[in-house]
Amino acid sequence: MSKFILFQDEKKCISCRSCQVQCKVNKGLGVGPKPNQIIEVGPVEVNGRLKANYVFLSCFHCDNPWCIAACPNGAIQKREEDGVIFIDQDRCAGCKSCIMACPWSAPQWDARKGKAVKCDLCKDRIDAGLKPACVTACPTNSLRLVRTEDLPDTKRVRFVRELVAREVS
Amino acid sequence: MQQEYSICFMCSVRCPIKVMVKNDDVQLIEGNPHAAGIEGSICPKGAAGVSLLHDEQRLKKPLIRTGPRGAGQWREASWEEALDYVAEKIKQIKDTYGGRSIAFTERAQLNSHISKTFMQAIGSPNYFTHDSCCKGSLNTAFRSLTGYADSSFGVDLERSKHVILYGRNYFESIELKAVKQLTRAMENGTKLTYIDPRVTVTATKADKYLMIRPGTDLALNYALMHVIIEEELYDKEFVDRWVSGFDELKKFVEPYTPAWAEQETGIPAAEIINLAREASAAKPSVIFHYGYRSSHYTNEIYVRRSLIILNALMGSIEAPGGIFIKKSAKDISKQPLHKLTEQDLPKVNEERCDGVGTAKFPTADPAHGVVQLLPQAILTEDPYPIKGLIVWRHDPMLSIPDYQTNKEALNKLDLLVVIDIHFSETAWMADVILPESIYLERGDSIQEVSGLKPSLFMRKPVVSPRYDTKPGWEIMKLLADRLGISKYFPYNSLEELWAYQLAGTGITPEDFAAKGFVTLCQEPVFWDRRDGLKFKTPSGKIELVSSLLEQNGLPSFPAYEPVKPPAEGTFRLLIGRNVAHTHVSTQNNPLLNELVSENLLWINNQAAAKLGIKDGQLVEVTSQRGKEAIRAFVTDLIHPEAVFMLHGFGRRVPTQTRCYNKGASDTMLQVNITDRVGGSPALQHVHVTVRPVA
Repeated sequence: MSKFILFQDEKKCISCRSCQVQCKVNKGLGVGPKPNQIIEVGPVEVNGRLKANYVFLSCFHCDNPWCIAACPNGAIQKREEDGVIFIDQDRCAGCKSCIMACPWSAPQWDARKGKAVKCDLCKDRIDAGLKPACVTACPTNSLRLVRTEDLPDTKRVRFVRELVAREVS
Repeated sequence: MQQEYSICFMCSVRCPIKVMVKNDDVQLIEGNPHAAGIEGSICPKGAAGVSLLHDEQRLKKPLIRTGPRGAGQWREASWEEALDYVAEKIKQIKDTYGGRSIAFTERAQLNSHISKTFMQAIGSPNYFTHDSCCKGSLNTAFRSLTGYADSSFGVDLERSKHVILYGRNYFESIELKAVKQLTRAMENGTKLTYIDPRVTVTATKADKYLMIRPGTDLALNYALMHVIIEEELYDKEFVDRWVSGFDELKKFVEPYTPAWAEQETGIPAAEIINLAREASAAKPSVIFHYGYRSSHYTNEIYVRRSLIILNALMGSIEAPGGIFIKKSAKDISKQPLHKLTEQDLPKVNEERCDGVGTAKFPTADPAHGVVQLLPQAILTEDPYPIKGLIVWRHDPMLSIPDYQTNKEALNKLDLLVVIDIHFSETAWMADVILPESIYLERGDSIQEVSGLKPSLFMRKPVVSPRYDTKPGWEIMKLLADRLGISKYFPYNSLEELWAYQLAGTGITPEDFAAKGFVTLCQEPVFWDRRDGLKFKTPSGKIELVSSLLEQNGLPSFPAYEPVKPPAEGTFRLLIGRNVAHTHVSTQNNPLLNELVSENLLWINNQAAAKLGIKDGQLVEVTSQRGKEAIRAFVTDLIHPEAVFMLHGFGRRVPTQTRCYNKGASDTMLQVNITDRVGGSPALQHVHVTVRPVA
């Protein structure tokens, strides 16, 4: 797992999609590709109370990334120091192998450039001492960039930990 | 990369922003990190400002109509020619019919003092804002009780212990500061109750959601008052000191029991009693939110009054965690910004064409007018002809109910001028379109923000205009020059306009450089609740029995009458907003259109089953005024008596290709009916039938 991860406090998310739009703007993307997404589940009534979940889904920056394994050009790389997985745009040939390989739709197709794009945790911003664009944008502070060792020990986090540690099959 | 501070304008909230600029181009827009309660955050609309800047479908050059009205035939013109053309037409109308025959409408904005000055200088009383279509009745309700307009009140969400929202969908109509405050408050244990006939994102975040039968909020509130008074749950000290007419209220609400309200609202009596008790337990740090875009029914003013009265009973007015009176520069003994309207302008003694401010329409706010009466005034020429209309960043065609009648009215004009940034439905009908630069390309008048800590904010140009467009303040000045009234516009540049506003304040434009704003005081100002409250009513108290209403022969407490319930087989058409769009202005924005590209008709699953309507199916919605096609969203998340659609879709301007013909237009279906006391249109008055198509 990378040193950092985008952690979402679901209780605070209001599904406004600021994270999604701001990410696209920051990456210079137009209509189409969405390096992060909100999946809405519900609302349903549970014990007389309405419940809905708005789940933030972006790249997990896996330990053994299937996208890296799938890329024939070595365009997808893992940054040594913090495990951030990013696409070297100069080397991306636009073959979409990564898009097909990733089970989470993390790499997305940028038709305007004919290349794949994905979340790189805004590594340029992190390096400049800033938070990722989506984190800064979030109106409810639902999104945070946290060190993976600082993640709370919740069912969801345990599940994600298990997922990202899976070997390529 | 350069960083510039400015003010967002993707909706009307005007959040302070930081804009990252490189090579005269905008890279990214974030919230102003220095502004308390913003801290870099931005909503999707604000973020998408970049795609507005780069939008190829914006208005690019002045246009003069060449074909029939609304046919979309234009020729490009120079600014000189277009402005000369407009000025010439205005002069002709003025000479033939008098200045009063020119009307003007806009969405209230930072430059409204310029618009008002322009109208007064040409001798017309017919200045309108879109406000009546938004919160006209809320405005009148506040004035009838406190002497202040609604814009003088704010809510202290952060310190509140219990916030009760009536369809005030905070989490989908994002106002960054309020969203942040409410989220933080809820983390600290603030309770949220949400009342709405429809489940929204806000409903899913609330501690308690109550599905109310549409149009019955007033019944709920009368019953709440009944319980609060009967069980003596009100703030006695506050009521004794600051409220007049309490005995009359007490007597009035006697018959409105929770059991009665249960029949009317569908909310169990026990829940109503419970809400009254819980709210009271949190008093005075409790907010019965008085609503924002509150033009729903013909009794709207009484609904809004009932909400403000509930706050008065809780003693929440000017209490931390309650609702407060915004303090202006004047209130803290600072020199306010100068406005062009302070000049010695020609007096205009004509009565307004909508009758507002006269015996015909005595209580609505003449400062804004009642804009939904304008189409009728144009069509009937009663009380006198309106021949010219100037429209600045407002789209009356889609904001005023009844599209067809609006179209007929605009067609009858001798002159229709539109100042806008994109092709609105009204622009499509115009004779001349004067394209405005967008907020990232232009500056505007400095903004004075009243509040607990009054402050000044500055919108300044951060990049040069992409097209042959001009800022609105300059367009008005250039028109004034041609009409011989330029002496009332003593500026030639943005810097001169700012200097005019700032004269005598001791503040210079440079003072905005560090943070983008200037705070006029450091600590929040609350008035003393024992002796220091300054209500602007004749009695100096909150007048439950209102002088404003009673003196005009209108009742303060009319007996409850249900708003016309829909007959079997018909539905009440509810409308609303979501996070992706502002009114009718953002549907064609590439990134926002991607988020929500069409509206759907929410219909209750049982009602849909009866009509044979399946989720996603195309349906036809018909009212007495029109017919629209839209896809159905079949759900149990809406009251069975109602259907719902987002406002702003069903657009007919083909050059706006992304939103053209997507979804349905509510204005095509609505009937133009007004709350005659408050001034709002009853946008949810219309009943519709729904049938599956093929």
